[in-house]
Amino acid sequence: MMRKSVAFLYNQKVAPYVFVLPFVLTFLIFFIYPVITTVQMSFQDILPGMVNNVGFKNYERLLGDRIFRTAVSNSILYTLWTLLLLIPFPLVFACMLNSRSMIARGFFKTSLFLPVVTSVVVAGTIFRLMFGEVNGSLMNTIRMFFGLGPIKWLRVRETGFAAMVLMACWRWTGVNMLYFLSGLKGVPPEMYESAEIDGANAWQKFRHISVPLVKPTIIYVLTISIYAGLAMFTESYMLWAGNNSPKNIGLTIVGYLYRQGWEQNRMGYASAVGLVLLVVAMAINLVQLRLTGVLGRERD
Amino acid sequence: MEFYSRRNYSLVARIVMVAFFSILSLIVFMPFYAILLASFKPGEELIRYGLNLRFDWDLMSLANYRYLFTGITRTGAYIAHDYLLWFKNSVVLTVVQTVLTLLVSAWVGYGFAMYRFRGKNFLFTCVLLVLMIPFEILMLPMYSQASSMGLLDSIWGIMLPYLAHATTIFFFRQFLTSIPKDIVDAGRVDGASEYGIFFRVVVPLMKPAFSAMAILVGMNSWNNFLWPMLVLRSGQKYTLAIGLNTLLTPYGNNYDILIAGSCFSIIPVVILFLSAQKYFIDGMTMGSVKG
Repeated sequence: MMRKSVAFLYNQKVAPYVFVLPFVLTFLIFFIYPVITTVQMSFQDILPGMVNNVGFKNYERLLGDRIFRTAVSNSILYTLWTLLLLIPFPLVFACMLNSRSMIARGFFKTSLFLPVVTSVVVAGTIFRLMFGEVNGSLMNTIRMFFGLGPIKWLRVRETGFAAMVLMACWRWTGVNMLYFLSGLKGVPPEMYESAEIDGANAWQKFRHISVPLVKPTIIYVLTISIYAGLAMFTESYMLWAGNNSPKNIGLTIVGYLYRQGWEQNRMGYASAVGLVLLVVAMAINLVQLRLTGVLGRERD
Repeated sequence: MEFYSRRNYSLVARIVMVAFFSILSLIVFMPFYAILLASFKPGEELIRYGLNLRFDWDLMSLANYRYLFTGITRTGAYIAHDYLLWFKNSVVLTVVQTVLTLLVSAWVGYGFAMYRFRGKNFLFTCVLLVLMIPFEILMLPMYSQASSMGLLDSIWGIMLPYLAHATTIFFFRQFLTSIPKDIVDAGRVDGASEYGIFFRVVVPLMKPAFSAMAILVGMNSWNNFLWPMLVLRSGQKYTLAIGLNTLLTPYGNNYDILIAGSCFSIIPVVILFLSAQKYFIDGMTMGSVKG
């Protein structure tokens, strides 16, 4: 009997299912089940030992919740800023490093890439102290060098937000640059040479040769940046040493989910927040996949 | 006109670009330099004057590092702390999680790449679906799931949901589809079983893919914060990221150890990075080329 079942597992028709089994189990236990529970909880009011079905009440409250709106606009604004700064600049840097007249490429590549090996926790600690409100903090020293007074960086909306975006730039510029460099590797140098013979300047070469050829890489970086931007939490958590920033200037959607679910124990309401984010993430991804044609290509 | 010949032009361009990247690198190095300096200064100094680039021999000493490694503070008293334990926990978690994730995900990726079977397209779409959804959305029910399975406060609770890791599966599947299926058939002719082929024929071929993904998975595991923070309860089991986070209150000697500890936690990763740079870069960029 034992023999038979082992032989069954070794069958060539059965083997593929044995191979994908770990994924199927993970998918059911840690994805499908949580998704269903989230949907279910979002229609409930959950108190210890008591669960009430409340219909769409959580969602109705969400519509009128000003803090939730702050969280959503912070997340979107943060995402937009990272897209605006972390795609064009790294792309230009990559083209510059890739140019024939550049030297010491490896050194600069390494030094720009280095910040990503620091964890968000460490990077957040460094930036929090650099943007400290005491007179001697690095950023205030720089302000004073230009004859300006010290300011409370992390207590003001604009400067606090800038610190958050700057930290993202510090950590990710090098990585995105590497993505673009590996995309540019596929461009034959003769293309640039013949363009030069035709009298193209640096901008024209960038605009008409580099950009179109690294377009797949740009789309990839765009996707992961949107994903990371919408799900951002730890950066803000570390920068303000906890989930509470003054007037919620650093509160993100995930931060709000965390606050409702853990800190205030409103599981039902938190689930509704999560589902809104889920729908937004899905919608963006579907648009993305349609635009890039991945959906059609995947079936082989 | 002679003056602006092509050679002169490219020399000027080179000087401008090298100057530009030098300044950029300096700016990028500044936070590292600031935290390194601060790690030699007393914590109170940091709280009072902030993190800055002031070099002051009188203030700087190895006292923070002595406290970090021996528990003996500035004043000579012994105060126990868990930094070294956290460090060990992080190393163990990272190594175990990386090895297991690579094995399990390669196993699954192989199934997707080498076989035709009913439901394959549907299941692979599920892999893509998992790729698209940020985990943070599902953390509440995942937490209660882990809790009901008795996985809280253990490194299994951190690892188990991610051993069949969608990104890694996707990557391995892409990698394996470029390997000719004849190799597998040849293995069958030689009498190897389906699983024997995987372990003896395919795994050795996957070395470059393994090293690239090891870096990616390892880095995520080393830096992972939110999920381990939810799963772990007792301070004895904390990883570095979570432990350091608990030191953020400016009481006692917390800042002495926070800064020196943060600084020290960067060093092994930087050494690893500098010695295996190629794999780091491959690991970070491979996804972008094929995905």
